[in-house]
Amino acid sequence: MSRRAAFRAGLVLLVPLLLFVLLAYGIPFFGVVEWSVTEPTFGFTQYVRLTQDPLVLSVFVRTFRICAVVTVCAVVGAYAIAYLWVRGTPLQRNIAEFCILVPFWISVLTRAFGWLALLSSRGLINTWLQSIGFVSEPLTLVRNEFGVIVGMTHFLLPYAVFPIASAMRNLDDRVLMAARGLGARRSRVFWTVFVPMTASGVLGAALIVFVFALGFFVTPAILGGGRSVMIAELVYLRMFQSIDWGLGAAMSVALLLIVGLLAALMFRFLKPAGLVR
Amino acid sequence: MSKRGAAASLTVRGVSKRFGSFSALNDISLDIARGEFLTLLGPSGSGKTTLLLILAGFEAPTEGRLLSDDRDITELPAETRSYGMVFQGYALFPHMSVESNIAFPLQVRHTAPAEIKRRVGEMIERVGLRGHEKKLPAKLSGGQQQRVALARALVFEPGVLLLDEPFSALDKNLREQMQAEVKRLHQETGTTFVFVTHDQSEALALSTRVAIFDHGRLQQIGRPDEVYERPENRFVAEFLGEINLLPLQDLRVESGVASGMFEDRRLTVPAEAANGAGAILAIRPEHLGIAANTPAPQSGNAIRAALDDVVYQGGITRLKLRTAGGAPITLSLASGQAASLLQSGGPFWIHWPTDQGRLLPAPKS
Ligand SMILES: Nc1ncnc2c1ncn2[C@@H]1O[C@H](COP(=O)(O)OP(=O)(O)OP(=O)(O)O)[C@@H](O)[C@H]1O
Ligand SMILES: [Mg+2]
Repeated sequence: MSRRAAFRAGLVLLVPLLLFVLLAYGIPFFGVVEWSVTEPTFGFTQYVRLTQDPLVLSVFVRTFRICAVVTVCAVVGAYAIAYLWVRGTPLQRNIAEFCILVPFWISVLTRAFGWLALLSSRGLINTWLQSIGFVSEPLTLVRNEFGVIVGMTHFLLPYAVFPIASAMRNLDDRVLMAARGLGARRSRVFWTVFVPMTASGVLGAALIVFVFALGFFVTPAILGGGRSVMIAELVYLRMFQSIDWGLGAAMSVALLLIVGLLAALMFRFLKPAGLVR
Repeated sequence: MSKRGAAASLTVRGVSKRFGSFSALNDISLDIARGEFLTLLGPSGSGKTTLLLILAGFEAPTEGRLLSDDRDITELPAETRSYGMVFQGYALFPHMSVESNIAFPLQVRHTAPAEIKRRVGEMIERVGLRGHEKKLPAKLSGGQQQRVALARALVFEPGVLLLDEPFSALDKNLREQMQAEVKRLHQETGTTFVFVTHDQSEALALSTRVAIFDHGRLQQIGRPDEVYERPENRFVAEFLGEINLLPLQDLRVESGVASGMFEDRRLTVPAEAANGAGAILAIRPEHLGIAANTPAPQSGNAIRAALDDVVYQGGITRLKLRTAGGAPITLSLASGQAASLLQSGGPFWIHWPTDQGRLLPAPKS
């Protein structure tokens, strides 16, 4: 088969996928865009409101703050777990694999309620802390940003493990040996060779977690207890409680644009550094 | 751990390495002299890399000791031994420029920045990488990457440089060029080089001594001409280039000369290696002479053979012949000589002086 024929055959195979993307995402998305400029009247008034409504702005700021903290926590945790998974002893590998895979079998709702049970003022952690006399009053661990961050980090951490572990697997052992052979101690090898050589995995993981986190709904709704509202929840509230379709749609579009912009920026800056293909 | 610039000696004493029940190295003992260029030669899987990794400190021997300058270094970790090492596939740091790769071992040693700059510059000059200092390894050709690996391994002036098949990925011309360069670097630095290859001509061309391995055992160690001209067993004889093997019957030893029957002729060999009952006469193709149809030469050995095939190889021509009993004989001849000889068509007399042959013990069966 010539190159061109192969290319054409590839296109034919891609058609069903493209059709699916168009039907499942493209058309609904344009519907949302349409609402954002026609509800209740034609024009960009909803977008102007976005930049002026203090509630909307504060929710955007909070969302980004939470997502940033969650990304850092999830990626750091995932790095440690991926390290054990890829480079640990056989026992450590098994334990790590178990810890990575089990969360996928438990629904997001169950996990959120699990955290609620653990973190609430009469939950396990507070009861224990009080019983050992560490605190006298229960700590507020949930229905605030802290609870949301804990729940989201826990949910997203396994997703961050895969790109990091894959970068670690691709790393040639001989390069680490070379570094040691040239006189570097283990910590030096880790920081000057191992970490930089797995940076692509870390950045990939960070991008996945951050983008995923931006649209989170269930976890913040349950663990934030209405006090730590994020964008997705606000969109829901605007659409289904205030029946403010236009503003909800405008927020959705803005969120999507921000995500797209972030992804583009990341690729733009990572490509010259040879960190993404 | 050696002083800067001082070549170290290495002693391997009874080293074995087992992976589970598999024995990768079997009771290896050898001495590597200060400033020597020793090549570990053997087929794939013979344990060359394993021995090199043990020398470097990346693998611990299951049994045996290692000494360097008479100090026991068996327990010393790789980062403390700190021998220069060039890995199969180079193992450069892909995220660092050429310059930073070469500076790495000096930075690890907390060398002063000005000194680092001077020595890295010197090394870049020496391996001919001027103009490529800022490039990442991925942007370099195979030969250039090889040079970076050499520079990085030599810049801190280690007592020993270990090289694991450094040229296996290069094409023939580049390979020869790099071989010359490594030879020059060895002479200039005076460092002890331990070089691994499975290419026999490379081993013979570069080394002061060659150690030949098979199945985790040291088969023979000696100067290139020693191992080539006086192989101690059939494996070594066959591994180091082409050789004719003629099984002898009815072996006798008289006044320093052994003789035995090959087909219908009695052939003679120097008796030094005549041990054991059966034996094989080994003779290299370039030591054989050939004559057309004349009566058998009077001195030395001669056997009669018919021509099977002629392989023209430029300067030399290889003749493939067959004896009456069907034993194959290969001999090489200057091409000019071959042309006139082949006019006659044969059969031919193959002849050689007694002292060019070599008696090998018969293979254990
Ligand atoms: N870590 C290991 N675990 C198990 N077996 C191993 C290990 N390392 C090497 N071996 C085995 O030991 C034997 C010798 O391996 P080694 O890599 O030393 O061979 P080599 O002579 O360098 O071969 P090549 O020319 O192919 O590089 C091989 O059979 C190999 O499979
Ligand atoms: Mg090898």
